[in-house]
Amino acid sequence: MTAFLQVEGLQKYFPIGKNFLGRPTQVVKAVEDVSFATERGKTLGIVGESGCGKSTTARLLMDLSPPDQGRITIDGQAYGKGAGRKPITALRKRMQMVFQDSYASLNARLTIEESIAFGPKINGASDREASTKARDLLDRVGLDPDNFIRRYPHELSGGQRQRVNIARALAIDPEIVILDEAVSALDKSVQAQVLNLLADLKAEFDLTYLFISHDLNVVQYVSDDVIVMYLGQVVESGPAQAMYSTPAHPYTAALLSALPALHPKDRKTRAPLEGDPPNPISPPSGCRFHPRCPFAEPMCAETVPLLADIGGGRHVACHMRVPGSGYPDVRPIVTVAPSPTA
Amino acid sequence: MQTTPKSANALKAADGGKIATKSRGYWATVWLSLSRDPISIVCASILVLLVLIAILAPAIAPYSPSQGAMVDRLLPIGSPGHPLGTDELGRDMLTRLMYGGRMSLLMGILPVFVAFAIGTSLGLMAGFFGGWVNTLVMRTTDVFFAFPAVLLAIAISGALGPGLGNSMFALTLVFIPPIARVAESVTTRVRLLDFVDAARASGANSLTIVRVHVFNNVMGVVFIYATSLVSVCMILAAGLSFLGLGVKPPTAEWGLMLNTLRQSIYVQPWVSVLPGFMIFTTSLCFNLLSDGLRGAMDLKR
Repeated sequence: MTAFLQVEGLQKYFPIGKNFLGRPTQVVKAVEDVSFATERGKTLGIVGESGCGKSTTARLLMDLSPPDQGRITIDGQAYGKGAGRKPITALRKRMQMVFQDSYASLNARLTIEESIAFGPKINGASDREASTKARDLLDRVGLDPDNFIRRYPHELSGGQRQRVNIARALAIDPEIVILDEAVSALDKSVQAQVLNLLADLKAEFDLTYLFISHDLNVVQYVSDDVIVMYLGQVVESGPAQAMYSTPAHPYTAALLSALPALHPKDRKTRAPLEGDPPNPISPPSGCRFHPRCPFAEPMCAETVPLLADIGGGRHVACHMRVPGSGYPDVRPIVTVAPSPTA
Repeated sequence: MQTTPKSANALKAADGGKIATKSRGYWATVWLSLSRDPISIVCASILVLLVLIAILAPAIAPYSPSQGAMVDRLLPIGSPGHPLGTDELGRDMLTRLMYGGRMSLLMGILPVFVAFAIGTSLGLMAGFFGGWVNTLVMRTTDVFFAFPAVLLAIAISGALGPGLGNSMFALTLVFIPPIARVAESVTTRVRLLDFVDAARASGANSLTIVRVHVFNNVMGVVFIYATSLVSVCMILAAGLSFLGLGVKPPTAEWGLMLNTLRQSIYVQPWVSVLPGFMIFTTSLCFNLLSDGLRGAMDLKR
C-alpha cells in the first residue's frame, strides 16, 4: 500500500567553494535522505529551526532546485530520475507552492488579475478563461474581484497579498499545495483569518497541504501529521496529537518546551536548547543532534540512528527510544492507542 | 469561526474590504507623479521645444545655414537682422543653432537608444541565465571598461575615420557596456525574487518568464539610466565633432560650431559660447528629467 503523496530518499547537497579545476571543495548537506508520506486531504506539517532544510525540501519537491536523488510518488505515479518515472517538472501541475514573502512573490508590475491568470494562460487557457478563473479565485479567497482585479501588489496589505498568492497557487488546479511559511510574516489576527481560509479551501478543492513552518503552535493547529527536521534530516514523524503530547525525540521535546507557557507559574527560566545548530558542511558524527542533546551517550557520537517505527504511526531517529540499539537506558515511548470513536 | 466554504466570503469585510486609493495603471501613476514635479515639467518643456525647433528648422530658420556674407562676420548678439549675431563666416547664428540642434540631438539620442536595446538584451541574457553566458558577456564588457569612455569613442571613430555614421557607431559601442552592466545587475536581483520561482512553478519556460516577469522589472531602471546617458552622449558627440572626428564642416553641429568659433572668442565672446550654452542646457535638462523620472517610477515611495 502506498500513500497518496510519498517522498523517498530526497537528497540535495549544495557545492560551495571550488578548486582551480572547478571541482567543489565542500558541500552543504542541505537535505539528506528525507522521506515522508501523507494521505489525500491531510495536512502534513514540517517543522524545524532555521536552516534545517524545510524550505529546501519544498524547493526540491517543486524542482525549483533539482534534487540530487529522490523519488516522489503521487497516486501511484512516480516522478524523479530513473526508468518509468516522469520528470519532476511534470509534477508542477499537481503541486503548487505559496511563499513566505507575499510582496516578493508577486510581480510588482503586473495587476492582480495578470498574476493569477498567468498560470492558466501558459497552461493553455484562453485569455477569457484565465480571466474568469482569476475572478472566481479572488472571490474564493475572500477578495472582491471588482475591487481588486486591476490593482497592483503595492496597493494591498500583507494579508490581502497572501490571499492573492493562495489564489495564484490554486489557479492551475493543483492537488497538493506547499505552504512555505505562508502565514509566518502575517500578524496574528490576519494569520488566523488566512488559516481559516486555508482550511475552507482545502475542503472545497479537496487539497492536500504540506505546511512548512517554524511556528509550532500553528503547525499543531493545522496539521494531521508532523515531521520534525534537524540539519537536513527527519528526526521524528507521526500524528500531531501524539507527538505534541509525548515527543519521542529529545529535539522535538526541546522545541516543544521552548513554547512560551500560558501561565506565569509555568514560566521557564532556562533555555531548553543551547547554542546554534552545527554547521551542515561538517555535521556531527553519529546522531547529528548529540552535541546539543541532554541525553547523549558515547554511542550517540558513533552510531547513526535510523528512523525506527515506535508504533502508533510514529517514527523516531533516536537510540534512546529503540530497544536493542545499544543505548544503556532505553526509554520507549508509550503511545496511547487512539480510541476507535475519536 | 465557521469552517464552511462560505466563510471565505464572510471575511471580505475583515481585511479584504479596505480601499486605499483608486487603482490606475503603472505608467499612469508614473505620469501623474511626474506631472506634479515642476523641475521635470520645465525640463521636459525645454526639450520638447528644442526637438520641435530642430525638426522644423528648414521651415522656421530665417537664413540658410551654410550661406554667409563676409561683410557681416562676427556681428554681436542683438544686431539688426541677426538677433543672435553671426559666426566667423558671416552665417546667421540663430539659423545655425537651429540646424545644429538636429545633428546634436540625433547624435545624443540615437546611439543611446540603440545601445539601450542591445545592452538591455545582453544584460537580461547574462543576468537571467548566469553561468558561462554571464561570464562571456560580462567579461567582454569589462574589456571596454578598461578604457575611459572619451578615449574609447575617440579611438573607435578615429580608427573608422571621421563622419556622422562612424561617430554614432563609436558612441553606440561606448554605451553598450555600461547599460548591459546595469541591466545585468538588476536582472540578477529580480531573478532571485519569489515571483520568478512562482512563475516557474506554474510551468512557464525561461523565455516566458523573462518576457512577462523579468523584462518589465528591469526595463524601468535601465531606461532611467539610459536617459541620464543621453547628456553624456551629447557631450561626447560634441567632443568628437570638436576634434574633427564627427560631422564635417560646413554642417552645423553644436560641438563643431564651438570649435570653429573658438578662434573668435576674444572678438565676440558671447556669440562664441552660444553653442556651448545649448549643449549645456540640453544635457542639464536630460539629467534633471531622468532624475525626476527615477523619483516618479519608485512606486513604494
